Amino acid sequence: MVQNDRFGTFLAHLILILGVGIVVFPVYVAVIASTHAPGTFLQGVMPLLPGSHAIENYSEVIFQGRSTAGAPPIGLMLWNSFVMAMMIAVGKIAISLLSAFAIVYFRFRFRIFFFWIIFITLMLPVEVRIVPTFEVVANLNLLNTYAGLTIPLIASATATFLFRQFFMTVPEEMLEAARVDGAGPMKFFKDILLPLSVTNIAAMFVIMFIYGWNQYLWPLLITSDESYYTVVMGIQRMVTGADSEPLWHLVMATVVLAALPPILVILFMQRLFVKGLTETEK
Amino acid sequence: MQTKRMTFSSRWLPYALLAPQVLITLVFFVWPASQALWQSMLREDPFGLRSTFVWFRNFERLFADPHYLAAMKTTAIFAVGTTFLAMGVSLLFAVMVNRMLRSREWYTTLLVWPYAVAPAIAGVLWWFMFNTSVGIVPYMLQGFGYDWNHRLDGTDAMILVVIAAAWKQISYNFLFFLAGLQSIPQSLIEAASIDGAGRMKRFWTIVFPLLSPTTFFLMVVNVVYAMFDTFGVIHATTEGGPARATNILVYKVFRDGFVGGNLGSSAAQSVILMAIVIVLTVIQFRWIERRVNY
Repeated sequence: MVQNDRFGTFLAHLILILGVGIVVFPVYVAVIASTHAPGTFLQGVMPLLPGSHAIENYSEVIFQGRSTAGAPPIGLMLWNSFVMAMMIAVGKIAISLLSAFAIVYFRFRFRIFFFWIIFITLMLPVEVRIVPTFEVVANLNLLNTYAGLTIPLIASATATFLFRQFFMTVPEEMLEAARVDGAGPMKFFKDILLPLSVTNIAAMFVIMFIYGWNQYLWPLLITSDESYYTVVMGIQRMVTGADSEPLWHLVMATVVLAALPPILVILFMQRLFVKGLTETEK
Repeated sequence: MQTKRMTFSSRWLPYALLAPQVLITLVFFVWPASQALWQSMLREDPFGLRSTFVWFRNFERLFADPHYLAAMKTTAIFAVGTTFLAMGVSLLFAVMVNRMLRSREWYTTLLVWPYAVAPAIAGVLWWFMFNTSVGIVPYMLQGFGYDWNHRLDGTDAMILVVIAAAWKQISYNFLFFLAGLQSIPQSLIEAASIDGAGRMKRFWTIVFPLLSPTTFFLMVVNVVYAMFDTFGVIHATTEGGPARATNILVYKVFRDGFVGGNLGSSAAQSVILMAIVIVLTVIQFRWIERRVNY
């Protein structure tokens, strides 16, 4: 600290506390809204203190849903989101590890060409090729399947680059020692490279789990069968699907449940999350 | 591009290792993208039975279409607004947190979690805050005599989606700004302080210029985010309305191609968006290279 000014520090705390308050406020309001009875929202502006209907509201959205308001039960949707996030995270990490291993530890024809093919994925987000990608998935009969939800999203240049970078820092002596001991490439990969990469894998997992859980456009395109809906896209049907004013207490209970798992992942694995975020640069 | 000095040799293994990634990329990325390129030069008849090759006619039409030009302008306003708001607020937070010693971890924890909230959910959260009948913000604004209505007023709707989109991005920017601030040598700041520079002067003449690589990088990332990752914010709340006031390009591609069934035009829009992403990605990567090679 350059100079010790109490007032400046006090002001900084004040700004931060106000700022954090504003950042947290929408979520606070959502939690509060999810604990009130439906009638509360007919009487004008919503209250700021919790109500007494939390258990009813949450059990209603999870187990029953409101089919009239475009809201099937979200228990299954939460499960689908979880499956999708896990499959995407694990799949991305697996194929990225393998391709980074190939690129760093082998010399072969067309290496640069393959590298560029992988790089291209960065430049083609789903949003810019919606219709033709949908057609491919439809032609492969993958609509309304977990495979269709996940496989097209598991190609990842960022994860491959992160692992490539990490493999480059692994000392050469490791490989020499392994070869002296007669280890083949896959044994080296499994017994030496993988254990060394645990932290990087975990950091990548945090980022990719959140990425998978928060997918929106893709499940929207690929699923028409309610049993494959994911929770993040399901909310949209509750908000804009109903003709009347949305059932806010149920919408907000769903919002809280949909946002909670990835938030918990970040809070409990903050260090890994920050590492994953800053080292992949995106 | 380097490999290790010593490598394994196998005729087939490297190809087998790359196969899953390359196969998925070819089938789900390269092929659809080339289809989009091809379709952007076709026009289907109204029944979808025949299509004719029309060269760049779809693009010409697009650039003559006032709705498309309006969507471009809307996207620009949205992207600039989101970027400025998200970066300004997080820079302020990062500078304040950087002064703290003991409470730094706490504030960081309190500010990083919005990253985990999906854009669509962020949209719904703020949609509810601004709801005209039960929302808190319109109620407070009424106290100031402002009649908020994002269902009728295009500007209000734009402000709403900008806030929702920026809110989610604060965490990301905050973490990078904080890392950038921590890498500025304390000695420079002390030297300026000895020369009698005040806090504001030190920030604008030393800290902010030294932070410019981070700022530039974040600007590109934020623009990419606002242009391509905010589909959920729009789709779950305003649906491009009212009167197309929040109809950003990504949302328009979806509407025209998926809901409207106008394949040629949608493909042409896709191609334009692809060109934009490619330019932005190249800028971003050149910046990273430069920083690595300092």
